[in-house]
Order: sequence, then structure tokens, then C-alpha cells
Amino acid sequence: MNRFDTKVQYLKYRVLREVARLAWKDKLYDKMLDIPAMIVPGKTPTMRCCVYKERAILNERVKLAMGGDKSNHNVIEVIDIACDDCPSGGYEVTSACRGCLAHRCEAACKRGAITFDHNQKAHIDKSKCIECGMCSKVCPYSAIINLKRPCENSCKVKAITMSEDMCAQIDNDKCINCGACVYQCPFGAISDKSYILDVIDLIKKSNKNKKYKVYAIVAPSIAGQFKDVSLGQVVSAIKELGFYSVIEVALGADMVANKESLELAEKGFLTSSCCPAFVKYVEQQFPDLAKHISSNLSPMAMLAQYIKNMESNCKVVFIGPCTAKKAEYRKKEIHKLVDSVITFEELQALIDSKDIDMSSLEEGHLDNASYYGRIFARSGGLTDAVRQALKENGKESFPFNPIVCDGIEQCKIALLRKSKNLLPNNFIEGMACVDGCIGGAGCLTHGIKNKSEVDVYGKEALEKNIHDAIGYLGLTDKK
Amino acid sequence: MAKITVCIGSSCHLKGSRKVVEELQYLVKTNKLDDDVELGGAFCMGKCGAEGVSVTVNDKYYAVDPAKVTEFFDDVVVKAVNEEKKA
Repeated sequence: MNRFDTKVQYLKYRVLREVARLAWKDKLYDKMLDIPAMIVPGKTPTMRCCVYKERAILNERVKLAMGGDKSNHNVIEVIDIACDDCPSGGYEVTSACRGCLAHRCEAACKRGAITFDHNQKAHIDKSKCIECGMCSKVCPYSAIINLKRPCENSCKVKAITMSEDMCAQIDNDKCINCGACVYQCPFGAISDKSYILDVIDLIKKSNKNKKYKVYAIVAPSIAGQFKDVSLGQVVSAIKELGFYSVIEVALGADMVANKESLELAEKGFLTSSCCPAFVKYVEQQFPDLAKHISSNLSPMAMLAQYIKNMESNCKVVFIGPCTAKKAEYRKKEIHKLVDSVITFEELQALIDSKDIDMSSLEEGHLDNASYYGRIFARSGGLTDAVRQALKENGKESFPFNPIVCDGIEQCKIALLRKSKNLLPNNFIEGMACVDGCIGGAGCLTHGIKNKSEVDVYGKEALEKNIHDAIGYLGLTDKK
Repeated sequence: MAKITVCIGSSCHLKGSRKVVEELQYLVKTNKLDDDVELGGAFCMGKCGAEGVSVTVNDKYYAVDPAKVTEFFDDVVVKAVNEEKKA
């Protein structure tokens, strides 16, 4: 099983697949209670203390696969009983401490938090420790470790804390829905809600696309996600699921880059608006800078708007790497354009729920966008595209000075500097996930090759320039 | 008004729908038919296997060779416009 990075993803996938399988057959409400025992049969536990706890947690996963807790508006949820209450003591000295003479740890600690016992072994005074980590860095034996929880560690916006009963809890006012914790929690105790049932329902009720057409729009980060089959076969598989047609969101990215370059040249300073987690972060933590966020829709919404202008009676489902897109499409103004959102993980589950053998399918096509629209999927791609669009729009004289922020920590630094008027740049590319969209929590894999595969996919585009990809599209503007 | 819809879905895009659209736009303009022809687009007409770009003129289907747009325009589009004018 190397389609996923971790077994947590695989477990989630199996639940999604079974839920989908039953939903296609209209048997979900009769049989959903059987899913946990189907996945964990017998009496020997393989993941937790006993099969009963394993099944109880699976029940929660079934709930999440069916849309999760409706009373919690956040698309990211903690499964309390799956949280292993990891130790979270911060920096601790382990038995690897040799009681040496050098005491580099003591010298490195600016707070005087390190003391030594009669064996010369180090101890950390928690009342003085500020968790700077310097002692850990200088210890030649790597004897000092950080027991910060993986969830808290992954959450760079500090939205995760511990509840009174030691369970992880998410501060919804700080959470940007990026899904970093979903991917990082080793126990799979944090998960994104799934809307696969909405998608199955949309497809079924379309009456084979006769009542209305259901379009799948696919993010460019799909390049390299499905390892054993070609992208063309994935496109065919999406159609097999019952979608009318598959269109690349990179075309929406071309439209965004074009408009963004003009907006930038007019306003003089701008941040990108493509990444919904970044946009939410700016709005929550730097409200004074929110006026600088590009007024453009995201590529997803831009393309959906274009399709809906062309065809009034249709539905649009976004398929991508992103959990924050699930929050984006649930905004009122975006929901009019995008009817549902699923991740690549969920796409894999849907394809397998119908037992579609992708390797036996013919090659479908996915080609509308330019090279530049496609490279939006990786960090730096948006900036390259805006630079190109400035050129194509005859705005070469604009002194473009971008800063590419790869991950929310870099975004934070740039925004802090901007808020204090210390940022020399005039364009912020803000991507919450490290590496850009290919680092998204909804990706099947997060390999080092994914970036080059996006570039290859970019170069395969028929259209080399942004205006070539979008120039003739004005034909569909409704009069 | 004759309604021309050109497929700009992925398959037709690869077969040259951009060229078809751009040439039709040019021909409509140079023949001063802006008020007689409505150009529109569609994502997929379900004939991805056809040889040529899918185009409909007043809902009648044609597979257009991007190298022969002028012929298509003269044979089909102008004819459709003239028929509409007669009616």
C-alpha cells in the first residue's frame, strides 16, 4: 500500500470507500453501523487497546465521512476518543544525558533553567524554561528532546491547545483550515470533514447528466498524485464516476494571474488571494492588511464562475489537495459557484468505491490552461505567472518586487514586516502549505518529486502563454 | 441570429478549438456579421472521439477541421445566416 504516505491516510480512505460504496447503492443508512466491524473484524486489536475502541473510533470516522458534526462550523475536527493524549511536557532531558563536564546546555540557557544533580545529569526547571530549544540544539548527545505534541507542532498559527482532559482542541477563531494537523497527527485524531455524500448525491440526481451537467474541476497539483496510472486515465476515471466533463483549474489560475497583474499595476501593492488558508490568516491576524488582499476570486471560484456563466444549469465539484477549500466553498458567495469540494484522498476512495480499474481505462484529456496556470500548484508558480502576465499585458515597466512565502510561517514574517512598513516587496505570494498546494493535507502523497512533476505537467500544456489560454475565452461572455 | 457554439473542452482544445474560435471571430467581423451571429462556447459536447473540433450551428452538429474554418464558414455559417434572414 504505497498510494498513501501513512497508514492513517489508508484507514481514512477505507472508511470513505466503504461509505461511498454503500451510498452509491442507497444502502448507507441500513448498513453504516456495520462498517467498523467490516474494517476491524475478529477480536485481535491491531491499532489500539481493543477492537471495541478501534470500532468506536471508526464510527467517528464514518461520521466524518458523512459530513461530520453539523454544529461545528470548522471543516477540521478532533476525534476526542482517537486522541492519544500525547505527552506535551516541552523540553525534557532523557536518559541519554551522560552527565558530562562541558555543560553546554547550561551555557546555552539564557534563563538559568538548567540545573545538575549529584551525578552531573541535567534537569530543566519548568518554571524558568521558555522552550527556546537552545539546550537541545547544543547537546552533543542529543539528550534533550522536545515533547511537544505533533499536532501543536504542526499548527503554526497556534490554534491547537490541550483541553482539561488532555485531548487536543482547536480554537476555531485561529484555525485557518490548512489541515497540517490532519496530516501530522500520528493517531489520525484530527480529520477533515468529507462531503463525498453530497458529490454522490449530485451525480445521482443528475440522471446521467441529463437533468443538469456535473463538472469536475481539478487542481493542477494532481500531477504526480496517482502514481501507477497516467493523468489521462485519472481523467477517464473521474468521468466513469459520472461526471460530465473534467476541466483543469489551472485555466482559472491563468485568469487569476492575468487579472492580478493588472490589479497589482494599478494598486502598487497586493497579496495573492488564491490560498484560502492564507486569506483567512490575514483576515484573522492582520485585519489592517486585509484591504491589500487581491480582490480576485481563487482559481477554483474563477473557473467555476466561468463555467456557470456559460451554462446556467450545471453543478461544479472541485477536486484538489486542500482542506481549506472546503471552508472556502462553504462561504455563501462561493457556494453559488462551487457546489462541493473533495480532496485527492477522497477521489481515490470514490474511484475505488465503484471498483474502477484506472489502469485499464483509455487516456482522457485535460488541457486548457497554459504552463503558467499549471505551475500555480507549487510555491513560486503564482509569482512566475504574475510576472508573465505583467509582461503580456504590457506592464513591464512596473517594478515587480515579489516575495514568495512558502508556508504560513514565512507568510507571517512577511505580513509582520508589512504591518510595520518594513517590507521592501510589493507583492506577497502567500501559500499556507510548505511547497505550495502540492504540500496540501488532502494530497495522497507528499514526495520530493511532486514539484518536478508539476513542472513537467506545466511544460506539457498546449498553450505556452497566459493570453493564448484565455484570450479567446471572451466568446462565452453572456451578453 | 445564428447561434454558433464551439467546444473548448480539453479534447477539442487539443484538436485546435482556439484556432477555430479565433478564425470564426475574425470572419464574423470581416464579413460584418456581428449582428447576425452569436458566438458561444461549451465545455464538451460528448463527441471527444470525432475528427475535428465540435461545433454546433443552431443546434446542428459539425466536426470542424481547424485547417478548413473558412470553408466551414462559407458553407455552413453564411448559409445559416442567409436562411434565417429569409425566414
